[in-house]
Amino acid sequence: MTDFNEDKLIEEVTTSDYKYGFTTDIEQEFAPKGLNEDIVRFISAKKEEPEFMLEWRLKAYRHWLTMKDPMWAKVDFPKIDYQDVYYYAAPKKKPQLDSLDEVDPELLDTFKKLGISIDEQKRLTGVAVDIVVDSVSVKTTFQKQLKEMGVIFCPMSEAVKEHPELIKKYLGSVVPTTDNFYAALNSAVFSDGSFCYIPKGVRCPMELSTYFRMNAALTGQFERTLIIADEGSYVSYLEGCTAPMRDENQLHAAVVEIVAHKDAEVKYSTVQNWYPGDKNGKGGVYNFVTKRGLCEGENSKISWTQVETGSAITWKYPSCVLKGDNSIGEFYSVAVTNNYQQADTGSKMTHIGKNTRSRIISKGISAGRSENSYRGLVNITKNAKNSRNFSECDSLLIGDKCGAHTFPYIEIANSSSVVEHEATTSKVSEDILFYCSQRGMDEAQAMELIINGYAKEVLNKLPMEFAVEAQKLLAISLEGSVG
Amino acid sequence: MSLLKVENLQAKIEDNQILKGLNLEVNPGEVHAIMGPNGSGKSTLASVIAGREDYEINGGRILFEGEDITDLEVHERAQKGIFLAFQYPVEIPGVSNANFMKSSVNAIRKARGEEPLSPKDFLARMREKSALVEIDKSFMSRAVNEGFSGGEKKRNEIFQLAMLEPKLALLDETDSGLDIDALKIVSHGVNALRNENNAFVLITHYQRLLNYIVPDFVHVLADGRIVKSGGKELALELEEKGYDWVKDHAVEEQTA
Repeated sequence: MTDFNEDKLIEEVTTSDYKYGFTTDIEQEFAPKGLNEDIVRFISAKKEEPEFMLEWRLKAYRHWLTMKDPMWAKVDFPKIDYQDVYYYAAPKKKPQLDSLDEVDPELLDTFKKLGISIDEQKRLTGVAVDIVVDSVSVKTTFQKQLKEMGVIFCPMSEAVKEHPELIKKYLGSVVPTTDNFYAALNSAVFSDGSFCYIPKGVRCPMELSTYFRMNAALTGQFERTLIIADEGSYVSYLEGCTAPMRDENQLHAAVVEIVAHKDAEVKYSTVQNWYPGDKNGKGGVYNFVTKRGLCEGENSKISWTQVETGSAITWKYPSCVLKGDNSIGEFYSVAVTNNYQQADTGSKMTHIGKNTRSRIISKGISAGRSENSYRGLVNITKNAKNSRNFSECDSLLIGDKCGAHTFPYIEIANSSSVVEHEATTSKVSEDILFYCSQRGMDEAQAMELIINGYAKEVLNKLPMEFAVEAQKLLAISLEGSVG
Repeated sequence: MSLLKVENLQAKIEDNQILKGLNLEVNPGEVHAIMGPNGSGKSTLASVIAGREDYEINGGRILFEGEDITDLEVHERAQKGIFLAFQYPVEIPGVSNANFMKSSVNAIRKARGEEPLSPKDFLARMREKSALVEIDKSFMSRAVNEGFSGGEKKRNEIFQLAMLEPKLALLDETDSGLDIDALKIVSHGVNALRNENNAFVLITHYQRLLNYIVPDFVHVLADGRIVKSGGKELALELEEKGYDWVKDHAVEEQTA
């Protein structure tokens, strides 16, 4: 007889091991542990940054000193000793390469283990890949082609040196250095990240993609990404990541800023798979991310799509500030938590311009003993006449030892706007599992089908090659339930 | 060799003993009808043969093609060719009928060491089989049973049956909740699928279904046992005299 017993299901969920748990031996160069002004100066000097950048970092650092860790999220973890973290690590030799053949074979092997074959991607998909290993960009492809169209896609460290006018104008314009504790920390010590500028009227011909990956033990990651879409332009940007297995908790505090000018559109997609800790809740990445987009001009549009399966703790609210009239903000999310993972994630839509529209589709999946919270704010200001929001927050529970929570906040300051909020909570029922099994599927196959069906609305928003990867990831993340 | 052999089967749910020593033998090419009053254990029998975990088997065994399958998992039995048409088919949000059937067909093929069906062959089979139960094309992209009427759900069960071509099909009150038109469509589908290699077990309250799907054998289930078996005319006799007649009859036989 088959066993659909829920305790067994939970036990199986919690015995699933992290598939990508391995480390790569690439020589590292560290700044000493801890944080002070000298470390900030060290990082800036390592990056050969202009003076204005150092000043910007120091200002952020000094403000950070006055701030406290936010405690309002529904997550529980021991206090972080910020003096016990490395703030800079870089591969010792930064290779200047013209072809992938020259890249460290061990590094290429690492990416192959992740199923990310760069050369294959280059050949088959036409995706430009900017790889960040720990903190320094190693290789950027397709740069020449993009350059011809005036598109700038380069490591942040390079942009700081080569496009200071754009950096001065836009860096911190959406997420100010003073925005929150983690954003201030990131501003002070950010190591690298991606910079992207799409000029007026240009439709970026390829998906821009970055794979992030943590490597050195005890190394915090402070990525900084800035995407600017000038008038009438379009870009689709992908970011995916996975991290090796570690016992120590790893701190990750990224900042992503997007600016969309008049008639511009930016699609930002993420598949996030940081190491979630082992089945007993030991280890795992702390992921405290600030992502925000500004719809600066009329008729602009920013769309966030995220598939979150990793991290021990996730604190992340991709948001849109809808400043331009008729601008549109969208947020599509699937967040999976298993074992002892904790996720507090959602979105914030701030309507400022007239006739602005926003849409939030959030799908939470909780298994094991995890806690999964949706936290969202829809804020329609007085001048945002005739604005609309639609929010849908669904929770799916696997087993009876996990938690799903919804914290929707709605503030409306005018009477011509309409806000709709829908929420559902459901369980993967024994009846559905029995039905699928009776049609010949084993538990793994059945769960994959059910979960991908549940998350379909969000997965459909991903670019196709990413959607396939995301489907696999969902299945892997919940594999225990399953097999 | 019989296709299905149920020997002295006893099954309970919690402390409630439902099957109390049930025997049944089904050969390829046969259609058996199992009738009986509410609570007699008809649906339990279907669930237990399919392998549902809720029930505890505390006696007897189930043989399929001579193999003892009493301890096999649900999907393993399905892969061997046992199909259950559900009395209450569930809804699976976001999963299209096409995707569901693809997963199902290919899971069974994989278990048998066969390659997955090519998309072309799969779609061709979908088209052919959906015509059998007069299902509209748009149905393929709709979520499994979501928003389906009772009749549509039952037609979907027969459609799945047609897609999977099992050796043994258990139809659990497929006729309940069907109007006469839907009943004709469903019956037509089942009759078209009958052949000398497969077998059907129809679980039903009413004789009406048996006008359309004519059984070779009729069994009456009461209080967890088969108390009377006969040919198709037994169903008519039951319709006329009611279940009490059989029960009394059975008691007489046992006390005699």
